[in-house]
This record gives sequence, structure tokens and C-alpha cells, in this order.
Amino acid sequence: MKGRIIVTLKSGILDPQGKAIEGALKSLGIAGVASVRQGKVFDVELDGRDRKQAELMLKQAADKLLANTLIENYDVKVVG
Amino acid sequence: MKSAVLVFPGINRERDMARALRLISGDEPVMVWHADTALPEGTDLVVIPGGFSYGDYLRCGAIAARAPVMDAVRTHAQAGGLVLGVCNGFQILCEAGLLPGVLMRNAGQKFICRDVYLRVERSDSPFTHGFNAGQVIRVPTAHGEGNFIADADTINRLEGEGRVLFRYTDPEGALDPAWNVNGATNAIAGVLNDAGNVLGLMPHPENHVEAALGSTDGRGLFAGLTEHFARAA
Repeated sequence: MKGRIIVTLKSGILDPQGKAIEGALKSLGIAGVASVRQGKVFDVELDGRDRKQAELMLKQAADKLLANTLIENYDVKVVG
Repeated sequence: MKSAVLVFPGINRERDMARALRLISGDEPVMVWHADTALPEGTDLVVIPGGFSYGDYLRCGAIAARAPVMDAVRTHAQAGGLVLGVCNGFQILCEAGLLPGVLMRNAGQKFICRDVYLRVERSDSPFTHGFNAGQVIRVPTAHGEGNFIADADTINRLEGEGRVLFRYTDPEGALDPAWNVNGATNAIAGVLNDAGNVLGLMPHPENHVEAALGSTDGRGLFAGLTEHFARAA
């Protein structure tokens, strides 16, 4: 089993990196880019087979370390 | 004054900090490794110095904030002991939940390495005895993530309770966006926790304590702390 945790900045939090990437995309002439927000993806190999248990563990990992919930949201998925 | 300077992998200002503490307090600080689970007996002041703990991986200070020694720091703070975090130390204290808010990427996106001017807002805190309220000091700063933010309620509480101890200003002490080098909310450079015993400060007063290095404006922080503990003894 594998887990994926996606961490994104909450709306309203300034994202200078996203802004810089947005500028670079626009200067490359890639049409239709309105705005860009940068986030993080964590892929985790899981030991057990219990999906519910795995999801709980991934949420715990996000709450305790992977996301700063003052400024970030997260989403966890168990795949495979 | 018995001070303990925490050392994490990737921290690089611990010797500057120890030198300033020794020079001004006259007492030798103890260096404490991040994997230790206890502080030296009788520690008055815990200092978390600047640097790049764990290479700033994940988020600045995030991994150091979860190191074993931080439980001892939390216990020390809960008992009223003083804690000072400078630069990466400030980021670590925010990540550990010992201070409110977050230090985000500088608004201008660049790493800033230059002297800045700070206005000392109050002189009645153990950290600012050695300054006068309203005094402007010039100290070096060196960081990429010093843009202090918090939700509106938290900012209102920090301001209402007088917990902002240092602000970025122009050389005369006036607020000016051009001198708020990282874009911090309300030009906040240093804040206290609610109990007033934990301070996070972005610039480096420990680097302006000797005339040979161009300024002694940072001495007040260490002189004030020394006086605080001398009075208490």
C-alpha cells in the first residue's frame, strides 16, 4: 500500500514562490495561466494492509509534522 | 546567568551567541545537543541560535522543533524560565508552538543579508531591560524566511498586550515599508509569548556586541538579561 499526502497553502496566504512560477510561465508564453500556487507532495510506502488505519496514520503524520496547519491544508490518500 | 545554547545539525550561529553571552554576562554558557532530553541543572536562559537546522528541509525550523531537547525547553518555558530564539531559533519556536504565527518567505523573495534598524518598543521585559523604550538599534540580519504573519485575532492580541518588543523601522525609528525588509505584518521583528518569557527575534544582536565589529547596539539584550538574573538572585 502507498499513501500520498498533498500539502497546499491556505487561500489568502501570500505565496511568493507561486507568484514567481506564475511569472515564469507567463514569460514562456504558456497561455491561459491565471495564477499558480505551489504545494508539496509526500509519497509514503506503508507497511500494513488496513486502509482505515493507514489513513489515520497519514493524517497524524500531516498534523504532527508534514503540514503547518496555521498556514497549510492537507489531503491524504491511500492508493494501491 | 546560567545559559544553555541549543545546537541542532545545521545551526551555525551558536558560537557567536555563546561568545556574546560570555562576553557580557561573564558566565560561560553550556552548549546542549539537540538529542539531549534534559537541560543543565539550574538553567536560567535557553537560547536557540540562528542557522539552517536540517538544511531548512520541509519548513524552516520544522524538524528541529520536534527534536528531543524541545520537550525540556517546553517544560522550562512552562515553569516560567526564559527562552530566546534568534533567526532560525525564532522559526523553531514558532514551529514548536511556543510562539504564535509563522515566518514566511520574505515578501521580496530574496535572502536578506544586511544591517537593519529596530525600534525597541518596551524596556520593561526581562529581554529589554538594557534598552530604553523607543530606542533604535542597528543590528545585522540574514534570512530568507522572516516575514512574520499570524491571523488577525492573533496580531490584535499581540499588539493589544504589548507583546511586540522589536519592530523594523528607519534609522530614526519611524515605520516605513521600505525599511520593513521582509514585509512582516506590522513590521514585527520580535515577539513575546503570552506569559512574556519566550522571545523570538529575527535579526542578530549577538553580532553587534563588540566595537571592533562596527557596533555595540546588540549588547543591551544580553546586558538586560544579565541584570534581570542578577536582580533575581
